[in-house]
Amino acid sequence: MSFLPKPKLHHPKLPTNALGFTRRDYEGAISTLCAGCGHDSISAAIIQACFDLDIEPHRVAKMSGIGCSSKTPDYFLGASHGFNSVHGRMPSVLTGANLANRELIYLGVSGDGDSASIGLGQFAHSLRRGVNMTYIVENNGVYGLTKGQFSATSDKGSKAKKGTINADEPIDLVGMALQLGATYVGRGFSGDKDQLVPLIKGAIRHGGAAFIDCISPCVAFNNHEGSTKSYDFVREHNEAVNRLDVILGRAPITTAYGPGELRDVVQHDGSVLRLRKLHSDYDPTDRVAAMNYLQERKAAGEIVTGLLYVDPEPSDLHASQNTVALPLNRLDDAALCPGAAALARVNAGLR
Amino acid sequence: MAEGIPILNFLVPKEVLHEDGRLTGMLFDKVRAEYDARGRRQLVPTGEEPVHIECDDILVAIGQENSFPWIERDIGLEFDRWGLPKLDEASFQSSIPNVFFGGDAAFGPKNIIWAVAHGHEAAVSIDRFCRGEDVTQRPPPLVVMSGQKMGIHEWSYDNGVSLDLRYKVPHRDPSVSLRDIKAEVELGFDRELGFKEAQRCLNCDVQTVFTTSLCIECDACVDICPVDCITFTENGEEGELRQRLKAPAENLTQDLYVMDGLKTGRVMVKDEDVCLHCGMCAERCPTGAWDMQKFLLESAKTYLNGNGGHACRSR
Ligand SMILES: Cc1cc2nc3c(=O)[nH]c(=O)nc-3n(C[C@H](O)[C@H](O)[C@H](O)COP(=O)(O)OP(=O)(O)OC[C@H]3O[C@@H](n4cnc5c(N)ncnc54)[C@H](O)[C@@H]3O)c2cc1C
Ligand SMILES: Cc1ncc(C[n+]2csc(CCOP(=O)(O)OP(=O)(O)O)c2C)c(N)n1
Ligand code: SF4
Ligand code: SF4
Ligand code: SF4
Ligand SMILES: [Mg+2]
Repeated sequence: MSFLPKPKLHHPKLPTNALGFTRRDYEGAISTLCAGCGHDSISAAIIQACFDLDIEPHRVAKMSGIGCSSKTPDYFLGASHGFNSVHGRMPSVLTGANLANRELIYLGVSGDGDSASIGLGQFAHSLRRGVNMTYIVENNGVYGLTKGQFSATSDKGSKAKKGTINADEPIDLVGMALQLGATYVGRGFSGDKDQLVPLIKGAIRHGGAAFIDCISPCVAFNNHEGSTKSYDFVREHNEAVNRLDVILGRAPITTAYGPGELRDVVQHDGSVLRLRKLHSDYDPTDRVAAMNYLQERKAAGEIVTGLLYVDPEPSDLHASQNTVALPLNRLDDAALCPGAAALARVNAGLR
Repeated sequence: MAEGIPILNFLVPKEVLHEDGRLTGMLFDKVRAEYDARGRRQLVPTGEEPVHIECDDILVAIGQENSFPWIERDIGLEFDRWGLPKLDEASFQSSIPNVFFGGDAAFGPKNIIWAVAHGHEAAVSIDRFCRGEDVTQRPPPLVVMSGQKMGIHEWSYDNGVSLDLRYKVPHRDPSVSLRDIKAEVELGFDRELGFKEAQRCLNCDVQTVFTTSLCIECDACVDICPVDCITFTENGEEGELRQRLKAPAENLTQDLYVMDGLKTGRVMVKDEDVCLHCGMCAERCPTGAWDMQKFLLESAKTYLNGNGGHACRSR
């Protein structure tokens, strides 16, 4: 937190992207979160990803719920659309916005409390419906905003700052996302932007429900000895299955596929997910195998990170609902209000 | 220039022209600057026709040259090829041990700050010389680094960064100043303008100081730094390391600030060249691994005082 706004001055050699923007142009208001909060690093990663992808800020809608994590959309993409909904209700607001205008890029930012506690149902249904979005949970294992109570993702046996031991089983959001049919699932760590930025870029370019569980230490309430969401613990137990690079445009495709080697997954929009394998037996396009692997490594006490699953040809809610392609705000009156005869036809069809 | 006076460079006075006892103009030889291997400038004639400039008055301006015609060349004082006395660069002692030089007379024209510093160092030398001590042994200056933190967001220095461009000192309207030789041209800053100009200070005396053992590598300082000074990365050879920082550090005359010993085995690298001393890194640091410390330098004194610093002798 800082009282002074971040000076507009930037490095004289700060690069610009295809739109002529610098990375700084993707920033928002100065953060009011605690100094050192992992959430701020995720904001920085989102800024970097949008800069790298040459995204026009006004084509982005950032949605969030309640929590420190849900406050962060104020701190990035200051020129984008945004909606700060009520606690746990971001997914339905995002779904509605997406149905009304599929041309925007939807960024859902939430917390472990917001998505795994009060908003668990909303989280589940937005994923199973395949809403085309990038859904990021900034997972710190606590309710940061309300002073550090255990959240539903807090590991069993994990110790609170004042010594209480968590007795409940944690909700594994990645496991749920896989089971619910999310078509792009990753796990990152706020302390590793080299891994996180490409994960976000791939998710933004994904044409279906993309979910990223990003472990994000709460320095104020959950960064102590005995916490399983602290900087030290996550660094010690982090097991990355792959390293991702997102390449735009149809780059030459590498077909070689062996341990430590490269594998390219071409997404529907032509973006290439170039994966460097770090675990020889991990195939990120095999959903069942991914679920098994994650369970197995979790039992061994590891935190598996990387791009865990991707379906390069996803389908989304608009496809299943056969909705009109044009955003509702561009339909004319006749299309929006086809009149009594059309209504009578619809009603007749339902009789 | 502000008053529309042309500056004609590379002209060397050749001849004053006059008719019937009246000044009419001047002739100048055209020259060009050439630099020798040691970077010294010499003006050499271009061989072109002299330039004639009409005028009705000539003002001879002050030059900045040293000349010591009044020092006899047989007294044992050695001069170099530019006619400056040969001196020891630290003690300002000449080839005659009891003769010391300082200011513009020492190493050629500089400025008042240098003149004062030279005078100080020469005084230290003279003091030691008079006591029969070795003048090449220089007492160290007193250096104090003091933390500037007052509260979470409060510093005992003004850390805000002004985006303003330099304020120009207001000038009197040339239509007035050109007619009246006594009218002062530079009017000076008033209170408000002087304050705004002072706000542009980049607080170069306030340094960012890093304590490795406190850092938890949360990246907060990296993310907040407006000018991308700070990088956490694998160590490497300097030239290559400079290129893979968050922004390349291209001013080779400015050392990098590198600290190792972090838990991940990486190093913290800071490019001091572009730092604004805004203190944002230190405000964002959850552990106080960054501190903003004011650097105070007290020039060397000839003996140690009670505080461990050097002070002047009373007698
Ligand atoms: C036009 C001009 C503008 C400048 N503007 C600035 C500025 O804005 N800021 C800045 O920092 N610097 C400025 N400088 C430079 C600065 O003035 C000098 O670097 C500084 O004054 C040098 O100080 P000094 O004591 O070494 O020499 P000086 O100030 O030159 O003092 C030498 C003294 O020795 C005396 N002297 C000479 N020969 C003898 C002799 N035989 N016997 C006895 N006495 C003798 C001279 O009369 C003189 O008083 C400027 C210089 C010039 C020429
Ligand atoms: C309906 C409702 N219930 C409870 C709260 C109180 N509340 C505010 S934030 C929060 C938890 C936020 O936790 P999380 O989503 O993990 O965010 P964090 O602060 O940890 O980033 C709760 C329970 C609320 N604001 N609204
Ligand atoms: S309370 Fe925790 S989650 Fe909230 S801003 Fe502070 S460190 Fe971040
Ligand atoms: S003082 Fe300001 S400019 Fe310098 S390193 Fe810290 S944040 Fe960056
Ligand atoms: S903010 Fe402090 S603790 Fe965090 S990386 Fe920077 S120096 Fe280290
Ligand atoms: Mg939380």
